[in-house]
This record gives sequence, structure tokens and C-alpha cells, in this order.
Amino acid sequence: MHPVRKQRLYLVLFIIVFSSAAVGLVTYAMRGNINLFYAPAEVAEGKAPAGQPIRVGGMVVEGSVKRADDSLETRFEVTDYKASVAVVYVGILPDLFDEGQGAVASGKLDSNGVLQASEVLAKHDENYMPPEIMDALEQSGYDHKGVKQ
Amino acid sequence: MWTFFHKLGSPPWLYGISGTILRYLVPLTLIGLAVGVTWGLLFTAPDFRQGNSYRIIYIHVPAAVVALAGYYVMATAGAVSLIWKMKMADIAMKACAPIGAALTFVALVTGAVWGKPTWGTWWVWDARITSMLILLFLYLGVIALYEAYDNKEAAAKACAVLSLVGTVNIPIIYKSVDWWYSLHQPASIKFTGESTIHASMLYPLLLMIISFYALFTCALLMNMRGEMLARERRTKWVRKLAEDKAR
Repeated sequence: MHPVRKQRLYLVLFIIVFSSAAVGLVTYAMRGNINLFYAPAEVAEGKAPAGQPIRVGGMVVEGSVKRADDSLETRFEVTDYKASVAVVYVGILPDLFDEGQGAVASGKLDSNGVLQASEVLAKHDENYMPPEIMDALEQSGYDHKGVKQ
Repeated sequence: MWTFFHKLGSPPWLYGISGTILRYLVPLTLIGLAVGVTWGLLFTAPDFRQGNSYRIIYIHVPAAVVALAGYYVMATAGAVSLIWKMKMADIAMKACAPIGAALTFVALVTGAVWGKPTWGTWWVWDARITSMLILLFLYLGVIALYEAYDNKEAAAKACAVLSLVGTVNIPIIYKSVDWWYSLHQPASIKFTGESTIHASMLYPLLLMIISFYALFTCALLMNMRGEMLARERRTKWVRKLAEDKAR
């Protein structure tokens, strides 16, 4: 290779390596802020600030969803299977919100550690399959990963 | 190998060979897209949780995948243009940017349209979506930077550096859903291990991804051919081409 071109090749590699390192360090320093939400375990450890707007995400605990008879208030718990956080939300939930499914609630933690949510989003997972397959799986008692329920 | 590389640098040769490629690739791409869209939208089962709204995957995922891959094409062309000062590499880099920007835009819009019924919101500042928005700005930045210079060589140099710096963003977009908590789900198509999308839904998706790659190639070559003719309009081979056309 011609020495001038070789020098330019080094310049190209230099640009890529150093910009990657710079961005890598910045994202490493901000890793906590890049997360969209806190896990319930982090809330339990007190890592999430009380009284400030935060998001908490996890799986909606089976049997925990309780809807009020006279208003749009819904109470439920989200868990990461280490800890769980109680959520109160007044409003219309997304269609895909369900027990045993992922959800992200944004709001403020009150003094009792209950999240007063102003918005609840359903978190979809990466599993896509036709309904018949799901029925067949339910009858066999295995989930889509082949794990016995 | 080097002779092939030097041939790539010759506009008349590249113009000729790209014409031949396009003659076959354009119909193949159109067939692939038509079959893929029909298969995905009409002949696959609805998803067990999302119902029919998941079908946007057949546009969203291919557009996003090719938008990321297209960036590497642009950055590679930029590197070649920096090192070898090859005019055809400049043209390739410049041609990638609007196509990539369009694909990124399509991915963002279809994602928002899908997000509203599924998540309950059009937009959320999570790592995947934000880094994808940065990709759109990088593409638009390359277009704007190129136009900002009168001197084409200086423009190519500046754009090449910008596109090389921007390559950092591509692995971030790709891994963002694994590195951080995000609302966007992790990838369903896996290179290692079993994909978490059922095979009957996966095959039309793979066809659409391949067709989008072909679409990108067609658009890139067409864009490059236009730019080649514009730049070389005073040379003998372009004049001869025009005369042959006029006859």
C-alpha cells in the first residue's frame, strides 16, 4: 500500500476507535439515565427518588389487578420476581395491558411507596405466534420456550 | 482483485455494469416486495396477543434493518473515499444518505403507528427509539453537510468523517434493547438460537428483509448513475451515450 494511503487508513481507524471510545465512556457514565424505567427491585432498594417523576417497569402480578366499581381507578402490582411495587392509575389502560404481561408505569412514588401513575404503557415481548399455536401450547402445558408450566 | 477495485473507479464501466444489474434486479425486487407484502398481510395468521396490528412488522423491521446496514455501506464508501480519493466512492456515499434517511423515517413512523395501539403511546424516549432518531439526524446531517460545500472534494472529506464517526451509533441501536431497560422489545429474529417469532410469520418477514436489501441496492445504483452522468456530462462517454440515445 502507498504510504500516503496507509497514513489515511490509520486516520480512518483513529476516527472510528476514538469516537467509539468517547461515546462508550459517555453512555457508560450515563447508564442509569439511559434506562427507561426502574426495576421494582431498585425501587425496593431505595434507588428511585420519591416524589419525583419516575417510571417503573416489570411484569403485572397475576391476580393483582383490581378495578374500582365507580371510577376508572385501577390498582395493580408490577414485579421483577425479586420485589414488587404497587401502582394506582386513573385512566384508560392500553389494550395489551394484562396480568402476567409487561407494563411500564410513570408517576411519582408517594410516602407509602405506592406509585401514583399518570401513564401506564403496555410492554410487548418479542414472542410472535398465531393464536392456534398458543392454544396448542396451553393444552400441552408448555410455554413457547418449551418450559413446563 | 485490485483490477476489479480499479474498474469500480471507472465511471463508464460502472455505468454499464450497473445498467445490466438493474435490468434484472428491479423486476426481481418488485416481485419480492409484492409476494412478501401479500404473504405477510393476507396469508399469515394474526398474532395471539396483538391481533392484526403486528403485521406492520413486515414494513417496520425490513426498513429498520436496511437503514442500519445502509449506514455501514455509506461509512465504508466514506472510508474508501478518504483513503483512496476515489470519486465513485464519494458518489456512493452521497447516494446512500437520502435512501437511508427515507428508510429510517419509515421505521420511525411505522413504529409510532404500531406503538399507539400496542404500548398506548406514539413516542417514548427509550434507548432504541432515541438512537434511531439520532440515525435519522446523521443521515440528514450528511446530506446537509455535502450541500454546504461548493468544493465537491472538501464536501466528500467532511461527509466521510461524519459518517465514520456516526458508525458508533449502529451497534448502540442494535444492542440498545439488551443493554438498557427499554419499552421496545428485544429482537425476535436471532442469529444464534431459536427465533421467538413463529416460522409461518418469519418466512414472509425474511423475504421482505431480502427484498428491502434489493430495493436499497436498486435505489443506490440508480442514484449513483444519475450523479455519474451529472458529473461527467462533459466527457466523451456521456456524450456518446446521449448521442446513442437520441438516435
